[in-house]
Amino acid sequence: MKKAVTSALVLASLALGAGVAQAQTGLLPQIKARGVVTCGTSPGLAGFAMPDAQGNYTGIDVDLCRALAAAIFNDPQKVKFVPLSSKDRFTALQAGEVDLLSRTTTWTLSRDTSLGLNFAGINYFDGQGFMVRKKLGIDSALKLAGASVCVAQGTTTELNLADFFRANKMKYEVVAFSSGDETIKAYESGRCDAFTTDSSGLYAERLKLQVPTDHIVLPEIISKEPLGPVVRHGDDNWLDVVKWTHNAMLNAEELGITKANVDEMLKSENPEIRRFVGTEGKFGEPMGLSNDWAYRIVKLVGNYGEVFEKNVGAGSPLKIARGQNALWTKGGLQYAPPIR
Amino acid sequence: MSTIPTETVQPGKASLLYDPKIRGYVYQLALLAVVGFLLYSAASNAITNLRAQKIASGFGFWHNAAGFDVNQKLIPFSASGSTYGEAFYVGLLNTLLVASIGIVLSTFLGFFVGVARLSSNWVLSKLAMIYVEVIRNLPLLLQLFFWYNAVLKPLPNPRQSIELPAGALLNNRGLYLPDPQLGPGGSVIIWTFLIGIVASIIFRVWARKQQEATGKQYPVGWIALGLIVVLPFFVYLVTGRPISFVYPEIAGFNLRGGIQIFPEFVALLLGLTTYTAGFIAEVVRAGILAVSKGQTEAANALGLRAGPTLKLVVIPQAMRVIIPPLTSNYLNLTKNSSLAVAIGYPDLVQVFTGTVLNQTGQAVEVVAITMAVYLTISLVTSFFMNIYNKRMALVER
Amino acid sequence: MTDATTENAPFAFVRKEALAQETPPLSVAGPIAWIRTNLFSGPVNSILTLLCVYIVVTTVPEMIRFYFIDAVWSGTNRDACLADKIGRPVGACWAYIADRFQYFIYGSYPVPQRWRVNIVFAMFALGVLWLLWERAPLKKVGLFFFFVILPIGAYVLLLGGPNAEGFLRWLIGLTLVLMVIYLVLSFVPALARFWIGPAFLAVEEAQPPWKRFYRPKRLILLSLVVFGLIAILADKIGLPRVDTGLWGGMTVTFLIAAVGIVFSLPLGVILALGRRSKLPIIQLLSVIFIEFVRGVPLITVLFMANTMLPLFVPQEYSPDRLLRPLVGVALFAAAYMAEVIRGGLQAMPKGQYEGAMSLGLGYWQMMRLIILPQALRIVIPGIVNTFIGLFKDTTLVTIVGIFDFLRTIEATLVDPTWATPTTRATGYAFAAMFYFLCCWGMSRYSISVEKRMAAGQKR
Repeated sequence: MKKAVTSALVLASLALGAGVAQAQTGLLPQIKARGVVTCGTSPGLAGFAMPDAQGNYTGIDVDLCRALAAAIFNDPQKVKFVPLSSKDRFTALQAGEVDLLSRTTTWTLSRDTSLGLNFAGINYFDGQGFMVRKKLGIDSALKLAGASVCVAQGTTTELNLADFFRANKMKYEVVAFSSGDETIKAYESGRCDAFTTDSSGLYAERLKLQVPTDHIVLPEIISKEPLGPVVRHGDDNWLDVVKWTHNAMLNAEELGITKANVDEMLKSENPEIRRFVGTEGKFGEPMGLSNDWAYRIVKLVGNYGEVFEKNVGAGSPLKIARGQNALWTKGGLQYAPPIR
Repeated sequence: MSTIPTETVQPGKASLLYDPKIRGYVYQLALLAVVGFLLYSAASNAITNLRAQKIASGFGFWHNAAGFDVNQKLIPFSASGSTYGEAFYVGLLNTLLVASIGIVLSTFLGFFVGVARLSSNWVLSKLAMIYVEVIRNLPLLLQLFFWYNAVLKPLPNPRQSIELPAGALLNNRGLYLPDPQLGPGGSVIIWTFLIGIVASIIFRVWARKQQEATGKQYPVGWIALGLIVVLPFFVYLVTGRPISFVYPEIAGFNLRGGIQIFPEFVALLLGLTTYTAGFIAEVVRAGILAVSKGQTEAANALGLRAGPTLKLVVIPQAMRVIIPPLTSNYLNLTKNSSLAVAIGYPDLVQVFTGTVLNQTGQAVEVVAITMAVYLTISLVTSFFMNIYNKRMALVER
Repeated sequence: MTDATTENAPFAFVRKEALAQETPPLSVAGPIAWIRTNLFSGPVNSILTLLCVYIVVTTVPEMIRFYFIDAVWSGTNRDACLADKIGRPVGACWAYIADRFQYFIYGSYPVPQRWRVNIVFAMFALGVLWLLWERAPLKKVGLFFFFVILPIGAYVLLLGGPNAEGFLRWLIGLTLVLMVIYLVLSFVPALARFWIGPAFLAVEEAQPPWKRFYRPKRLILLSLVVFGLIAILADKIGLPRVDTGLWGGMTVTFLIAAVGIVFSLPLGVILALGRRSKLPIIQLLSVIFIEFVRGVPLITVLFMANTMLPLFVPQEYSPDRLLRPLVGVALFAAAYMAEVIRGGLQAMPKGQYEGAMSLGLGYWQMMRLIILPQALRIVIPGIVNTFIGLFKDTTLVTIVGIFDFLRTIEATLVDPTWATPTTRATGYAFAAMFYFLCCWGMSRYSISVEKRMAAGQKR
């Protein structure tokens, strides 16, 4: 009876081709039937998700979605990217418009619980920072008392900002905008003294400024911003698929499996590598994937380190150091449970 | 072929089928059923979806701590102690503030431009025409972007503030006015001022009555000016100038002291005022044109000059035509103030439907409350305007 | 003329000889007189004139200098528009508009597929001309083209992909079936008796077969031709799916405006009829809808469409991101349209209703054949004015994240490739020109229609 509802709308959405799901249980079979993963990303954040002139997305968040497509379809191009503003992202995920959100989303308790979301891991350890003009001559965020700060609304950033100034008993003036573009534009035109967002975002947004070298990122990190892919509550299998896609990329780096050498690794004697590439054991099937799922990910997309360096690290204009995002074996925080 | 089988048509049945009353009932019931079904299924879908998405529902969020800051606030609001409910009031007051000031300013500007368009002064009327055509044919959002991004943002930074008369400063953080501080005895001035206003109103009512009874006119404007401006100023001097001003000065990043008027507010006010004035000008022009030329000629024949003719003969009659569309323009201005969200002015939509919605995720409740507010404003305004309209309409004989 | 002469008149003094002629006043004709009466007729007027002249003198030459004389017309990146790079003061940076022009029109629509958008633009222009140019033939076919064929064609062409193509083939099948039915009816009209009634049937039967059911056949043929052409295009070149997320620029602006008019007009008619209905429930529901929508800002309607619409339908039918604001805009415009049309219905003299009823026409026949054609005609200016408002309001979809024309301008303003001090002024000037030309053109049209109708009334 409920299905009969608002028939005009349904017809119209059929017309514009909203994904009409087959009557199968679980998201993974639906995705397989549909032939494409829909992935909510940022509408344009260098290094994380950025479309080029042809509309092809690149970035660390994008590559996670491509890895999923590689694991499921053996084709990293079978992803449909849905650019979402920070305001729209959760409603889009909740409404089933996207299968997952890979969009610099901070893992917080309230999002995990009351918004009905599950975080599948942390693909980037971030923290909120400030960017200011060099000529202000400031070297610490603690000297920002009395400053005007530009921030995008509807984010944890807005709340962290209030907490930071409150904790340090400093006054400030907040100027909130509904889109990231408006915010950076207002900062550049001098409406604000400082611009705040996740520090990775600061580096990325700095590239959009006329003279990027006129601006510096202050050393203080005022919050923990573990960013990761998000799925809806209620589909454990799909959560597993996303979680292990991310873990596989980390394990690959730890095991030294790269895009270049993954084919040689098929012949490896190392049991851990054999399990990874699927020559030993059946680790893909319980998830509803093929057993060479992890091999496909590395072969078609690469391991975590490669993806990081290509998109935000030394191989990119952002030049962000690995820092906390190095593997645990190298003093960072990235740690993945083993495949066995 | 052409014979119609009459025996099959039973008169009673046919009349029932074609009885307009019964048909009417059937149509209405059918429509009611459809609408009811749509509403029911929308609601039940919403409940299912919300449950599936584990979104909280209800208005419990109203008393939760907000945790974010707002720059322009008419009531105390801080990230530490305030709730989402208070954020709602902050936004609502900001909306009402910009709307009410905008209504006053756009009325003045609109009347001026409308009259100017009909002026015998060729340059003036052409300029007014260009103004109206340009303003009315461009989207308001574009005009807001223009005012905010192209006019206000290029202003100098606080250290190079433009100095305006009386110690006011203008920069890209806004307009800073001297903040008057009442010294001892200063409240007398405020009281004189208030008494002046009340006295002026009383005098005006009295003068009206006198004029209607005897025909004698009193200089209401001058006397009101004396009561409202000159008298308090005189008291100010007599009491030993108890009002001092705190002038804005550079301190740290921004200016300290003074009253800060944010550029977002100024841009929104400028945009709304100039835009709505363009429409009001057309309303005024149509209203004046609706007054027959004989009225002007009769007034001229009585020896009235152009000014009094306009003030005493034409505009009072034109008002009857002007008031209804003027009301809808006021309402449009209020509704258009929601475009604030595009330039970061913390109005109801920006604070409540923007930030609060995002922090709570409760779209249904938040959007419903916002719509209810605008609907209430609309209904209340049209209620009062209808009363006023009735009073004006009664003048007709 | 009386015979009384001044000679015999009983007056004490009457002038006998004519006065000498006065020299003609210098100032009733000629430019100086004109200036005196129109510009300097009094002290206040003189001051106003001087003020106006001052405003014109200070702004106009400056604007001409900025937008034309000092403007930069060509270049590939911001170096072309930086004063210290080219060594002269720089005005508007039109090179930036030229460079991004394609983006302003198509948004991110894939370059190889843009011909599809062009075809839709051409169809749209054809439809608009057909309807607005008063001497264009076959107005009813034009209406059908604009309100039925164009939306379907635009949908198939713009979106593409297997779903749309399947829909197109299904439609062609349907059209063919209809065509066959009407061909059969043309030769055996009696089959249609229960459908159109004996009176109309007699009219059809009186004509030779190929002229029978001429009107529906005409419409079906046109649909068949247009859909067939699109299907051929789809077969020969292929219409890969282009997701709505990639649509942008003027395409989206025109799309929203077109969807707004195509859906709001019929909906508005229904609502206006509902509001004038004598059936209390229908009237009440129409009034509630109209007053509710007119009482809230469009932004809140868009927010509602964007965040609440997906909640109101089962999850698997969650509407497309572009579809949501389209629904919002169409409903919003419908409420305003309804009020305009209600004005037209109210302006109809009662005799028209009574005449129609005395002919034995039912409610719908009366409305369709007598009242609406006249009522809609007199409110054409009102409809156009509502449409101008709708066109300006399309910019608001920016706020819910749709890349309309204004948004594409805004998006290029943060792009460092063209970041110069004058880019912003140029971009806004370009946007202003676009909106002004569209809206001003429409308002001119509405005024001309108004004048023509006034002339028709005068006799």
